[in-house]
Amino acid sequence: MFAATRAEGRAALVGYLPAGYPDADTSVALFRAMVEGGCDLVEVGMPFSDPVLDGPVIQDAQQASLAAGFSARKLITLVESVTAAGGRAVVMTYFNPVMAYGVDAFARDLASAGGAGVITPDLIVDEAGPWRSAMDAAGLAPIFLVAPSTGPERIALTAGATRGFLYAASTMGVTGARDQVSSAAPGLVARCRELTDLPIGVGLGVRTGRQAAEIASYADAVIVGSAFVSIAKAADNGAVGAARAVAALAEELADGVRTPTPAGDVA
Amino acid sequence: MPPRADGLPRHSDALAGTDHDPDERGYFGDFGGRWLPEALVGALDEVAEAYRKARIDPEFLAELDRLAETYAGRPSPLSDAARLTAEVGGARILLKREDLNHTGSHKINNVLGQALLAQRMGKTKVIAETGAGQHGVATATAAALLGLQCTVYMGRVDTERQALNVARMRLLGAEVVPVDNGSATLKDAINEAFRDWVTNVDHTFYLFGTVGGPHPFPVIVRDFQRIIGLEARVQVQRLTGRLPDAVAACVGGGSNAIGIFHAFLDDPDVRLVGLEAGGDGVETGRHASTISGGTVGVLHGARSFLLQNEDGQVAESHSISAGLDYPGVGPEHSHLADISRAEYRPITDTQAMDAFALLSRTEGIIPAIESAHAVAGGVALAREIGPGGIVLINVSGRGDKDMETALRWFGLGDDTAVDGTERATEAAEKGAVNAPDGPPAVRPSDFPAAPSGQDIQL
Repeated sequence: MFAATRAEGRAALVGYLPAGYPDADTSVALFRAMVEGGCDLVEVGMPFSDPVLDGPVIQDAQQASLAAGFSARKLITLVESVTAAGGRAVVMTYFNPVMAYGVDAFARDLASAGGAGVITPDLIVDEAGPWRSAMDAAGLAPIFLVAPSTGPERIALTAGATRGFLYAASTMGVTGARDQVSSAAPGLVARCRELTDLPIGVGLGVRTGRQAAEIASYADAVIVGSAFVSIAKAADNGAVGAARAVAALAEELADGVRTPTPAGDVA
Repeated sequence: MPPRADGLPRHSDALAGTDHDPDERGYFGDFGGRWLPEALVGALDEVAEAYRKARIDPEFLAELDRLAETYAGRPSPLSDAARLTAEVGGARILLKREDLNHTGSHKINNVLGQALLAQRMGKTKVIAETGAGQHGVATATAAALLGLQCTVYMGRVDTERQALNVARMRLLGAEVVPVDNGSATLKDAINEAFRDWVTNVDHTFYLFGTVGGPHPFPVIVRDFQRIIGLEARVQVQRLTGRLPDAVAACVGGGSNAIGIFHAFLDDPDVRLVGLEAGGDGVETGRHASTISGGTVGVLHGARSFLLQNEDGQVAESHSISAGLDYPGVGPEHSHLADISRAEYRPITDTQAMDAFALLSRTEGIIPAIESAHAVAGGVALAREIGPGGIVLINVSGRGDKDMETALRWFGLGDDTAVDGTERATEAAEKGAVNAPDGPPAVRPSDFPAAPSGQDIQL
């Protein structure tokens, strides 16, 4: 995927939604809308009871999904539906549900569903030995995060364990759309570039095409989460309206990643 | 430091390191580690390094001892519970009196140490989570003493059942933030504290309250609580000429239990018994008995036993005691259970409240409901061991904060004061705490309904 987007001279667009939100059927439609709206990659979020790195928007959505009966098995089925819709999917999950599923079984079943990798926000490389083995065996990409507080030694360590792309959390904080993306992000990406050739994705706080364009000027992927959740929630015309709104946001963001604009150039 | 005139250990003696330290990644056997966002790794390394230096710095150790002895009230006494022993008719029961510490619980041992650490690190603010409010009150107290800003996260449910402690914290100058997420109890307060920390890590110290969380918190909190057992070991030997047969302590996260267990880890003849919150009974699914009724998982930074469903979603815990109402447990406890060095048993709400009344009536000590779980387990052990034995119970906190709950449980409200007193007396006299062959425990359902607005069963 990154070979293609780089060939096009642009950043990739990565969209996140919690699986099963707001309900299982609508969720399939929303992921399809993200793919059709122009997301190069979708993050299928595993709902978790204690999502410590997520802000209230995404936490509430995860709780709604769990309350509606969503489970890890259904997540695998949802990934299959993304694949069937012509999209590419990675899973974003806290690690306890993966442990409960079984590390090897989870990797195997996700690979069978056509998944490409797994992002684990609360798994640091120090604890990830068996996980990386399972991912390797299944041919999947383990994707780890670095933060503005991550020093060079740990960036190198983390990048060395990562496949696919390195996830750079742009702010010290939890997920949630903000008016401004942290000023720490360009510096973090620059520090990562000195230490790895991996594509670098930037997330946490992006919600507009303009912000996407800003990040696309220095990153390989722009990751958008809370904004998709908010717009799906705000849609007042049921599943159809939510899908339309999600597709429209994806289109705006997809335009953004194709017109990279350094922050200073924006009036 | 010269030795104390009375020969008892000093708080600083507990920081000397033991043969039971975790490995360099923070593992006690298979449990512990760091299961949390990469963004916090640097902060944890910083805390670990500050602690590594502090625990061998004479200035830090002297200040810790000074505060422990002149501010917190260490050493805490050992009480010979003669009337309780007679009532139970089994082994001799001794009580380690952490309830007599400043702020009313063992929590002050840990917060003074960590607040001093925060100050040394140049942090201007501490954040904490609290369930029953004991840790929150202790943290707010230490912050006031040392001139640090303080924010305490507390589940909305707990702010309501522990309103008095909320008022205390605010009086001490702390900001109390009610947490509405999830089950609105301790686990959710911890989630919020982590969110705050990841956002404000530059100037903020997360003053962790129990022997859980990511490395190095389990070892730091443990070390600051080890003084309980170090003192008790000497005190029991002086009083009885030997070691106890069993040590009983309540286990939520497990800090008071680790604190008193640790001095006896290398004494294989001393049984270490952790009493978990059994709520309505482990078999009902409504409980907080993490080791007795949980499975291994990762939550709040550590691999440990956990209450969870088959999908790895963390289950809500249930206990009459807000301080034990937590689905996780410190990793060292999981390890001690794993290697069978300590035993863990559930105590139901009813058994705990019977013990609450029993200790009040026989010894004039109203324990925290957390500690009442230890009393219930300790009394059962005393019966099992029988006359000639010795059982040491850690009374980790006092019960002032729990009077509202006791009022409801025993029906001690205005209109029922006479009847309620009789009920509490009846509960104490039946005293059938967890006794396999004793008379049936008094249950709230045995009592007539309380006046409107006073549900007997919480």
